[in-house]
Amino acid sequence: MNIIAKNIKAAGCETAPVLRERGQREVFCGLTSIVWLHRKIQDAFFLVVGSRTCAHLVQSAAGVMIFAEPRFATAIIDERDLAGLADIDDELDRVVNRLLERRPEIKMLFLVGSCPSEVIKLDLKRAASRLNREHLPNVRVLNYSGSGIETTFTQGEDACLASLAEDLPRTTAKANLLIAGALPDAVEDQFSRMFKDMGIDCSFLPGRRSNAMPAVGANTVFLMAQPFLGDTARILKEHGATALLAPFPFGAEGTTLWLKAAAHHFGVSDAVFEKVTAAPRQRAELALAKHRASLSGKSIFFFPDSQLELPLARFAARELNMQLVEVGTPYLHTQHMAQELALLPAGTMLSEGQDVDKQLDRCRAARPDITVCGLGLANPLEAEGLTTKWSIEFVFSPIHGYEQAGDLAGLFARPIARAERLSV
Amino acid sequence: MQLTLWTYEGPPHIGAMRVATGMTGLHYVLHAPQGDTYADLLFTMIERREKRPPVTYTTFQARDLGKDTAELFKTSCADAYERFKPQAMIVGASCTAELIQDDPGGLASTLGLPIPVIALELPAYQKKENWGASETFYRLVRALAKPGPKRAANTCNILGPSALGFRNRDDIVEIKRLLAALGVEVLVTAPMSASPSDIVKLPEAAFNISLYPEVSDVTARFLEKNFGQKFTTTIPIGVGATRKFLTEVASLAGLDASAFIAAEQGRLPWYSKSVDSTYLTGKRVFVFGDATHAMAAARMARDELAFDVVGMGTYSREFAKPMRELAAELGIEALITDDYLDVEAKVAELQPDLVLGTQMERHIAKRLGVPCAVISAPVHVQDFPARFSPHMGFEGANVIFDTWVHPLMMGLEEHLLHMFRDDFEFNEAAAPSHLGHQKQESAAPAMTSEITLSWLPEAEAELKKIPFFVRKKARRNTETYAANHGVNHITVETLYDAKAHFSK
Ligand code: SF4
Repeated sequence: MNIIAKNIKAAGCETAPVLRERGQREVFCGLTSIVWLHRKIQDAFFLVVGSRTCAHLVQSAAGVMIFAEPRFATAIIDERDLAGLADIDDELDRVVNRLLERRPEIKMLFLVGSCPSEVIKLDLKRAASRLNREHLPNVRVLNYSGSGIETTFTQGEDACLASLAEDLPRTTAKANLLIAGALPDAVEDQFSRMFKDMGIDCSFLPGRRSNAMPAVGANTVFLMAQPFLGDTARILKEHGATALLAPFPFGAEGTTLWLKAAAHHFGVSDAVFEKVTAAPRQRAELALAKHRASLSGKSIFFFPDSQLELPLARFAARELNMQLVEVGTPYLHTQHMAQELALLPAGTMLSEGQDVDKQLDRCRAARPDITVCGLGLANPLEAEGLTTKWSIEFVFSPIHGYEQAGDLAGLFARPIARAERLSV
Repeated sequence: MQLTLWTYEGPPHIGAMRVATGMTGLHYVLHAPQGDTYADLLFTMIERREKRPPVTYTTFQARDLGKDTAELFKTSCADAYERFKPQAMIVGASCTAELIQDDPGGLASTLGLPIPVIALELPAYQKKENWGASETFYRLVRALAKPGPKRAANTCNILGPSALGFRNRDDIVEIKRLLAALGVEVLVTAPMSASPSDIVKLPEAAFNISLYPEVSDVTARFLEKNFGQKFTTTIPIGVGATRKFLTEVASLAGLDASAFIAAEQGRLPWYSKSVDSTYLTGKRVFVFGDATHAMAAARMARDELAFDVVGMGTYSREFAKPMRELAAELGIEALITDDYLDVEAKVAELQPDLVLGTQMERHIAKRLGVPCAVISAPVHVQDFPARFSPHMGFEGANVIFDTWVHPLMMGLEEHLLHMFRDDFEFNEAAAPSHLGHQKQESAAPAMTSEITLSWLPEAEAELKKIPFFVRKKARRNTETYAANHGVNHITVETLYDAKAHFSK
């Protein structure tokens, strides 16, 4: 525990002023999270109820990941639905029934709301319960909104996990640990092993299959593995679970503090904690040391995108010695981020929301050594001679935990190394 | 309501973006929620453009609905004008904004901007991307084109190329080269590379070249009707079509093309006649794409490579009629659909030797184990090659010959692989000789390690979680590490120790 105490004293920018902007935002909507969520829950299907734009967005974000028959699709609302020539509820039922007939392996169906479905007030909650009457127990139908008028990029995962959290099985079991946030399987296994070695049983939300969702109850404590799960956390609390507060598990320090929060709660002795974490922590520190040599002193600018910006900035500043120019985030939940804010260097320039042209002006003026931004901005900035890293890669790549700390640093190091090597 | 897994075309405002992004001096203000900004990546990532598309999105949110979305639109419009100072602006709504009915055109006109502001009505729940591009181009020309002094009979405009268009960048270079050799002058190329002031001058040329009818047909007809400009109807894809196109252009320009045509034809005719190409004869091909490219490919496949066209189709419903006519001429039935599952079913049923299609057909073909070449949008980043690779003109025919034959060689080689499948070194783990060696993943580890090293099941399972394309390396590194450190039984710890050791 003394690590936390020491660090909070050493730094902190809880009270730093935040630049709040409300101009054009250059971010994906929550539908994007379907791209990784459908890989995580292996028997779930994501049906967006939206427009051709929504279908095109998911397809463009999925890029070259084209599967035999993907486990996501869009029910495109057309003119007849809008003009009332077709009963939109009947149409949706027809599409769902046909889909489930074709895909008997699907056990869980998410109806995902979009801007058009929200604006015309299509009630997907009612649709889900109607379809559940027909399809349970073979298929469970859930709903959430990934619309761009309500959700930004990773908030789609929050909305999805919140819908799952709503009807998780209940448990009265003695103290148990729940980790919230979609993680790659290999990362989950690393965390499970470490917790097991500390004598803690843990489960993950989401589970890998629809029938392997974790149970929750009054003795459940949960740790968030991702910083964007505000709604999910709220619902878990409503079910009696208790949140453990910790920085997020990025880098050696973040991972240690995160694991320690759980270890402390479950009364794991310092000796056991040390025994379990020492070797991987040393590996992480070794891996980071290699990157620190090339990244130390380099300046970094974060455009707001995935809400991972604050923890990543903390990692970059504290473990890689990088200089934070501006740390943008789509939303700043001071409560969820309290632990991270405390660790950020004092005086860090934070911005919330966006006015993309103005932010580009600031970025150009600062000429950072590396800029973390969305796919739409990266090449234009490279063409202006700035080095960039796509923020979406932090969501798609395994970056949590000790064993990935070096890889995470590598995501910053490679573009810089490329810029230094190229001489054309 | 229609169930859609993958779409060939985006919504119509993407078409408008293709027009605006190709042009200079034009700005597009789009009333749309934040997620719609994904469209920028189509241009900056897939086409690798060095500039952001000239598009301002209002990015209204739920809390703006019903109160100040209209005000937000006006502010965005005024700010965009101030910042970018375009010669003209187009304004419109995306699918969501269409539902809230803010009337972008009306709102923009209240600002009294000192430039032409053109309102676009692109019904998102009825129409699609190509229609949107065509409509946007037409609206721009209708609003901006002015009668002017007629130029000489040998001046023309090239109509149709747009941002994100399949090989448009290189087609234009090749077509301009051919036109210059013929003695034809190009006044304006539009929309790609034109500014609004260039659009004003369009009527001054003697005639038009309509190169991509999906985008240019409506505009070419409008210019003919209003300014008496005739336009070409041949699409110069393939040697035969290029000759026909040049003859058509020459007659519109009052020139004689016969000497030039006799002197230049590219390499395709000889390559198709050389003995090595005998094995191409009678190959069964399936063609799918936008109507223009699919029809041209079908003709070329039949006449210039001696393939059998066993199936063809398009997702462009607007061009279903000519497509059906050509299919009838080939003795087959055209598949008109935008449902990629229909296309997949057709390919599976026909079992062709080669698929010529879009990015979707590339995936279909890959799955079915059929060779494939891409001939039409939509395409991915690899179809914007660094080298000069037009699809049109004589050089385009050369490129097409290479592109179509390349995957077929692999087909032939696969045949041999099949024959020798039990051969100890020439087996399916060996990749085709001209396509790299990526398939040799199962290479045995070093002999020494096999004797002394063993993987504990847990470690072996952990290794399987590593993506396949780096797994071999991870296995090799772990074994080297284990051997060097005197470890005989590889555990999960060893795996990660090795990873840390070799990282970077
Ligand atoms: S922002 Fe809205 S309309 Fe656009 S893709 Fe996302 S959900 Fe669909």
